[in-house]
Amino acid sequence: MALAFEDMDFGPPDYKDMLPATLKDNYGKWKYHEHIKPGVFKHVSESGKEVYTVRTGGPKFISSATIREMCDVADKYCESTLRFTSKHSIEWIIPKKEDVDKLIKEVKKMGLPVGGTGNAMHSIVQCTGWVHCHTAATDGPGIAKAVSDELIDYFQRDDLPARLNIAASGCLNMCGAVHCSDIALLGMHRVAPPVDDSIVSTQCEVPSLIAACPTYAIKPKIIKEDDGTTRKSIAIDADKCMYCGICYGLCPGVPLANAENDGVSIWVGGKVSGARGGAAFSRLAIPFIKNNPPRWPEVIDAVKKIVKEWAKDARQDERMGEWIDRIGWTAFFERTGIEFTEKHIDDYIFSVRDMNVGSRMKGSVLKKY
Amino acid sequence: MSNTPILDELEKGPWPSLVKEIKRTGYEGLLNIYELNYKDKVTHWDHGGMVGVPGYDAGVIGRVTNRKDILADAHTIRFIQPAGWFYNTDKLRKLCDLWDEHASGLMNFHGATGDLQLVGIPTANIEPFFDEAAKEHWDIGGSSGDFRTASNCIGPARCENAMVDTNDIFHTFMSDDEVLNDMHRPRYPYKFKFKISGCPTDCVAGVARADLTVIGTWKDDMKVDSAEVRKYADAGVDVDLIASNCPGNAMDWDGKKLKIDNDNCIRCMYCIQKMSKALRVGDDRGATLMMGGRARGRYGAFLGWTLAPFMKLEPPYTNLKDLIFNMIEWWDEHGRSKERIGETIYRIGAGKFLKETGIKPLPTMVKAPRNNPFWFYWPGEVQ
Repeated sequence: MALAFEDMDFGPPDYKDMLPATLKDNYGKWKYHEHIKPGVFKHVSESGKEVYTVRTGGPKFISSATIREMCDVADKYCESTLRFTSKHSIEWIIPKKEDVDKLIKEVKKMGLPVGGTGNAMHSIVQCTGWVHCHTAATDGPGIAKAVSDELIDYFQRDDLPARLNIAASGCLNMCGAVHCSDIALLGMHRVAPPVDDSIVSTQCEVPSLIAACPTYAIKPKIIKEDDGTTRKSIAIDADKCMYCGICYGLCPGVPLANAENDGVSIWVGGKVSGARGGAAFSRLAIPFIKNNPPRWPEVIDAVKKIVKEWAKDARQDERMGEWIDRIGWTAFFERTGIEFTEKHIDDYIFSVRDMNVGSRMKGSVLKKY
Repeated sequence: MSNTPILDELEKGPWPSLVKEIKRTGYEGLLNIYELNYKDKVTHWDHGGMVGVPGYDAGVIGRVTNRKDILADAHTIRFIQPAGWFYNTDKLRKLCDLWDEHASGLMNFHGATGDLQLVGIPTANIEPFFDEAAKEHWDIGGSSGDFRTASNCIGPARCENAMVDTNDIFHTFMSDDEVLNDMHRPRYPYKFKFKISGCPTDCVAGVARADLTVIGTWKDDMKVDSAEVRKYADAGVDVDLIASNCPGNAMDWDGKKLKIDNDNCIRCMYCIQKMSKALRVGDDRGATLMMGGRARGRYGAFLGWTLAPFMKLEPPYTNLKDLIFNMIEWWDEHGRSKERIGETIYRIGAGKFLKETGIKPLPTMVKAPRNNPFWFYWPGEVQ
């Protein structure tokens, strides 16, 4: 039974019915907050009312059975409310101070790590990857799990120089918002898609495909049948294709996935927050690491190396990008041992936009040449 | 012997395992496809074609596999999440019951845009499931070229720095007939993303990926409690360092009194985050509006740029709605397929966008004025 037209478009449930009583009572009246220990905040209202928040990591994909268990815990301590963050974390909001440690005990028993606040590694933002997506060149959730396992100590502590935001996306659609993260893991295709004429000519709109290609690599192609009829398809100029996958988003006849050639690139130094220098893009650190599921050890080694150098040398409150700005990219590549290649220089559209304008150069850099 | 020896490796380790969760649903088809993706190192998911519920042309993501012998159709339904991602447990349990009854029991908290995503429903069950879910007031979210589901930070619900009511703005827009019509019946060149952050910390990353972002800010002076600053200093907080990191060079700390040069403070939130008890945002509150952010794209990624330096935002937010639809109408007219509004402006020119929408050009929109002498004149501007 379809809904009657006038019953459609009713929007989401009202958040006022979802808020825990303490937050509803103190809505807009919060005065200050304290970061009590890793994973735990205290917020204090103008009225003097205190509320505690315990943040835990989560698996992002959650079974209904686990949600019900979480609901049981939330009923006990959190005024029957669960809250999620923009990074797939779960926030347990507790009105009674004495319940904080009880809740922590229960959520730890459920296998949920407490942390991801302040100067810690925050939960890894991730896409759907191979769990449920047709464009993924790598498994965002799988890599996120593998990296989180290895770096969980940084999640549970808060003594890094600044916060560490990591994101994982399976392809250039960047559903994990990788382009503004301290460290970004991005799935990459590396070869132009083969064209399946039988699919393109029957299921796809050729002009939109041609128009959508950012590098003008797609051209129309007419196929002449033996009986004299013609069909419309496309040809892809492999020299111009940048493997972005926009065409595959529009048409199933140009599949990009390639077991031998797909993998992961690593990007560093982006941020979103306005604090200090403001938002910044992530920049290329490693162009390609071959997919090595289920644990991607080479990706983990690279991430660990980058985090280690940053944590060792960055000043208080210096995010990854701010640290690199201070020491310079020459020092970044030298200290991490990552090779700088021609692929690191932007020649996509603005071939000289990122070049070093003028001759101002650190003495420490000049000494190397 | 397990049927999923590769995925079993992702059950190990201290971080919560999504493989454990998939197994817990008993959803063998999806588990086996996922294992096969790992074995073959490519995805076996395929385009799902058009699926949905009558009257809605978006929000259900068709997904099928190319191994019909293992799993045929397993679509995703996007629901508009409650503002701030707050869930009452009763409401959530009822949704779990419905999802178990009609589909896989696997849920994604949350998709990148913000929606609550329910993963894995066969085509035949979509309509009966939605009939039941609609009674519980769960409405379908956005997909393809439409007004996408918005997202917002926790706002005044639990944050002392929220300068606009992010939850109320979200809920007002997500319950608006025109917005919902454009969400459920796609007509735009591409997606239009709208995100609402209560302060420049931007907890929903709007500046990175939204076509229009609300960033709360304030006009008057920051509130300073020097006694509390001293307490932070006594407790070991390096106030000198914070002052020297101030991007507006607007902090003066002599060890006793903290002075803020409010005219040069750029409202970045850094010092306020560091000393929440001592420093507070002012009382004359509103928002800066940023537009045109997006990941990758034809011309590379864009960060949002300032459309309006300050706008008062109070219910029913008519000023914001008028501005958004003014932008959208222009983009709908000029945008090409798969072109976000920032890209249309990049291609056609910001001057034309501002002229045709009637939005006033401001020096806050640019880092610096142009450095080349090449521009057009409008008809009537020259004799």
